[in-house]
Amino acid sequence: MTEQLRELYQQVILDHNRNPRNFHELEHATKKVDGYNPLCGDHYTIYVEIDGNTIKDIGFTGNGCAISKASASVMSATLKGSTIAEARQLFDVFHKLVTGEPGSLSTAELGRLAAFSGVSEFPARVKCASLPWHTLNSAIEGDKETVSTE
Amino acid sequence: MTTATGTLPRSASLIQDFLDVDRIRDDFPILHHPVRGGRALVYLDNAATTQKPRQVIDRIVRYYSEENSNVHRGVHYLSEVATDAYEKARTTVKRFIGASDEKEIVFTRGTTEGINLVAQSWGRKNVGAGDEILITAIEHHSNIVPWQLLCEEKGARLRVAPVNDSGELVLEEFARLLTPRTKLVAFGHASNALGTINPIRKMIGLAHAAGAVVLIDGAQGVPHLHIDVRDLDCDFYAFSGHKVYGPTGTGVLYGKEAILDAMPPWQGGGDMILSVSFEKTTYNALPYKFEAGTPNIEGVVGLAAALDYVSAIGIDAIATHEQDLLHYATKRLLAVEGVRIIGTAAEKASVISFVLEGVHPHDIGTILDQEGIAIRTGHHCAQPLMMRFNVPATARASFAMYNTREEADALIVGLQKVMELFR
Repeated sequence: MTEQLRELYQQVILDHNRNPRNFHELEHATKKVDGYNPLCGDHYTIYVEIDGNTIKDIGFTGNGCAISKASASVMSATLKGSTIAEARQLFDVFHKLVTGEPGSLSTAELGRLAAFSGVSEFPARVKCASLPWHTLNSAIEGDKETVSTE
Repeated sequence: MTTATGTLPRSASLIQDFLDVDRIRDDFPILHHPVRGGRALVYLDNAATTQKPRQVIDRIVRYYSEENSNVHRGVHYLSEVATDAYEKARTTVKRFIGASDEKEIVFTRGTTEGINLVAQSWGRKNVGAGDEILITAIEHHSNIVPWQLLCEEKGARLRVAPVNDSGELVLEEFARLLTPRTKLVAFGHASNALGTINPIRKMIGLAHAAGAVVLIDGAQGVPHLHIDVRDLDCDFYAFSGHKVYGPTGTGVLYGKEAILDAMPPWQGGGDMILSVSFEKTTYNALPYKFEAGTPNIEGVVGLAAALDYVSAIGIDAIATHEQDLLHYATKRLLAVEGVRIIGTAAEKASVISFVLEGVHPHDIGTILDQEGIAIRTGHHCAQPLMMRFNVPATARASFAMYNTREEADALIVGLQKVMELFR
């Protein structure tokens, strides 16, 4: 097993893949958006319940690789209860993290998101990690009902 | 396997092979080019594209070093040389697939373009409202979408013949779906996603008996099977150069002369005309009518070199070797806990699609890649087929003449590493 692979498949990712959090539909969703990666067939539906400026609840369903599923799971656990402004900020932080751009947060500040730091070494997998975030972003901004990585 | 080596060690194969695989491997420079920090390449993505032998690479270099010019135009020396090479390539293709005449060989960018040409030219002329086009459930998107576009435009209907749980066509259903309304039947010679080899002779016979024209998507047929279009009696046969050791951006559409002749041109431009005035244009004869613009000359001469290479080795010997790899790898894969093979037809090309319980194919692909093993993961441009088998994606290993049993072993070792990580 190479060091890079261990970096990619960190325990947090393997755990969230095996036991995804918030892996269900939301009965009281105010918005639901489909996210596709047509190249590999990954497909998730992200449900959000937004109350004013707060993301009250997030759920997701669908199918894809360990990276995308763990990303959706960690995202849902991280953003549940946060404000829209915080979600936007973390979207930006996560994007920089997986594309290898220098970010403003330390590993400690990144918390669970730091598990995705290995993704930037795998250009083919960046889209897997970012698909749930792009989908959620669209749900928040309310501009689309379907998001595609292509 | 994880240590840096130039090439894989090869022990003597237990079965008597007709191929000298070591010698063949020597012809393919890329197989000796390490990947991922010094690992030997185990290239098992041949259904996507094959690697190219030195004979093809050298031929293209020679073309550009000594022969480059435009074809069918100049009176000068190089134009003659280039035209001669281009047209000789047509003869090579004609012989390779057993066509009657060079007029029946249209050079294209690939299988996809060949199918689109037939859909747009033959289809627009011959398919009308209420007519039907019949395909099968295991088609590649390139043999689905061009027909959908045509059906949408014409108000025709696309029918789909089902496959059983092994991925084999249900021939009775196929026969039942053939009606007097069926204008054209299009199906793959072999499935890129499952490997299933279709009983094309029977299918052609049934389609013709119903009065339909037959197109075969031969993208996965030509690399593995002996083709004789006259013997098969198909009306169209389309294939890609790059899947049979030739350059990308090359392909062939075979069509019976009488059918091609009656078809309107598809794309307009240079080379496809006899005379042009603003009032009227007269089209060129076959096959030039369908080759508008300067063609991929370098690619076509490279394709001829590839077909010559395959002919010299012999397609039957290649098939025997690939079938050995198919059966060996299948047996070894089935011994891996949690592996399920999708596509278990009795007749298969050397393609194995599989899923591993609890691990998404994409993750399998990334982990194998770190070991230098190239496989394809995803829906293989056959999403309706993935739905039929209720899997979002599969991992696919596909074997070519230069692959070895040791490489199949490397795949198994790689999968064991996948399981170590995920279990």
